[in-house]
Amino acid sequence: MTEKATIKEIEQELIDDFNLLDNWEEKYEYLIELGQDMPRMDPTLKTDDRLVQGCQSSVWFDIHCQEGRLLFSADSDSVVVKGMVAVLNQTLNGQPAEDVLQANLDFFETLGLWRHISSQRSNGLTAMVGHLKQAAAECLDK
Amino acid sequence: MIKDILTARADFPILSQTVNDLPLVYLDNAATTQKPQSVIDAISRYYTTLNANIHRGNHTLAVYATQAYEGVRKKVAEYINAPSTNEIIFTRGTTESINLVAHSFGEAFVKPGDEILVSQLEHHSNYVPWLLMCKKRQATFRVVPFDENGELNLEIFKSMLNEKTRLVAVNHVSNSLGTVNPIRQIVQIAHAAGVPILVDAAQSIQHMPHNVQEIDADFYAFSGHKMYAPMGTGVLFGKETWLEKLPPYQAGGEMIDHVSPEEVTFNILPYKFEAGTPNVADVIGLGAAIDYINQFDFADLQAYEEELLNYGLSLLKDIEGLNIYGNPTHRSAIIPFNVDGIQHYDMGVLLDARGIAVRTGQHCTQPIMDALHISGTVRASLALYNTHEDLDALAQGIRRVIRMIRR
Repeated sequence: MTEKATIKEIEQELIDDFNLLDNWEEKYEYLIELGQDMPRMDPTLKTDDRLVQGCQSSVWFDIHCQEGRLLFSADSDSVVVKGMVAVLNQTLNGQPAEDVLQANLDFFETLGLWRHISSQRSNGLTAMVGHLKQAAAECLDK
Repeated sequence: MIKDILTARADFPILSQTVNDLPLVYLDNAATTQKPQSVIDAISRYYTTLNANIHRGNHTLAVYATQAYEGVRKKVAEYINAPSTNEIIFTRGTTESINLVAHSFGEAFVKPGDEILVSQLEHHSNYVPWLLMCKKRQATFRVVPFDENGELNLEIFKSMLNEKTRLVAVNHVSNSLGTVNPIRQIVQIAHAAGVPILVDAAQSIQHMPHNVQEIDADFYAFSGHKMYAPMGTGVLFGKETWLEKLPPYQAGGEMIDHVSPEEVTFNILPYKFEAGTPNVADVIGLGAAIDYINQFDFADLQAYEEELLNYGLSLLKDIEGLNIYGNPTHRSAIIPFNVDGIQHYDMGVLLDARGIAVRTGQHCTQPIMDALHISGTVRASLALYNTHEDLDALAQGIRRVIRMIRR
């Protein structure tokens, strides 16, 4: 098994990918594709206790801690939010909890797209990141 | 001379900018309207040449600033045909106007077991203040439902009025569905039962002529920022007979007559309800906005906006899978919709990527969304500077988003 790339390395790959796209619409289109390509979440896991609070759309996260790493599956009924979830999935899923906790995720700004949507309270990006970091902290406490 | 509506767009500098590298298509006017240059200039001119605290100063600037501020009160009174400037209270907006009445009317007139009647079409700002006041005073909060067309059933409304009803609160136009309520009739029904009524005119003040004497509402609330005026300005009209009977809302400077440790007496109307230094600059901006609107003929403006609304409705109805909410006899400037299988949030974000500004979500009307069993809508809302091109861009944008998501 190859060593998983670090959060920073994956962030850079995403930045490079998004930079290839000319305009906002293409960036969103790509984001939606990322969401559509993400592994499906088991529908029985989409329960109210797995909903992330603070989003205009429904977002579910099922998070586990295994050998110090954060593992999760997630989904949203919004295709845009699901795209954001897919980016979080690519960067943070399977990473050491300590790294997740330390990640500053400022690459969201660099993507260009995110400078725009990360400031909207309604999409819950802040809530989702907060939710994952809290799970990472609990994972470290164990 | 009457101004041509087609010249309006050029008066709003913000509309000529690009958003996300595309020309801005602004269709979120029910949230707030843009401001014409004349309003922006009036605020700038105030701070450049006139700024002083009003009413109490005797120096030249204070006198001029007071005259300008009180001049706007007169202008507002004329705009809505209020009999007296004593009946025009400046507030921060519709929300504060309604909270003022809920607080002061509640304190003076609402006892345990009394009832307050609101409609299911209300914005939270004309719902929650009454709900909280009812809880505080152990009164009953009652809600008149709307029907499948998004209209209030006046027979049910009539049947819900009784000897315990202390006040009715209803909007003129629903911010969520665009329903124009038959407000004159609603006021008559309330008055026939001996009940005073507050009208939330936030969504009608910019779209139709207003005559508070003809409508005969006891209280009338609206915001400046939805009628091309600055944010942080609002008006409460109240019949003098009612305002005289209400205790003050906030306490402080300006609203008092005499103060000693033993006793406070209050200033006369309208100052009794205007504690503290008011938002003078923006009120002067409100005056400029009224001057701006008054350049048009209201009949022209209404005809223009109605044609625009019908054009938008017909364009959107042609889109497969698109559902427009409500089917009221009279609709004003608001198109609420969803597209099958597409989240309103996604539609809003993806339209924004094309420079099109709409609002998505519940629009501060959770009771309406609950009744319709939906989590929210996309809302396109119009103002006098919108054009067919804006609506063409919206329809094209929606079709593009549908293709993007359904691939």
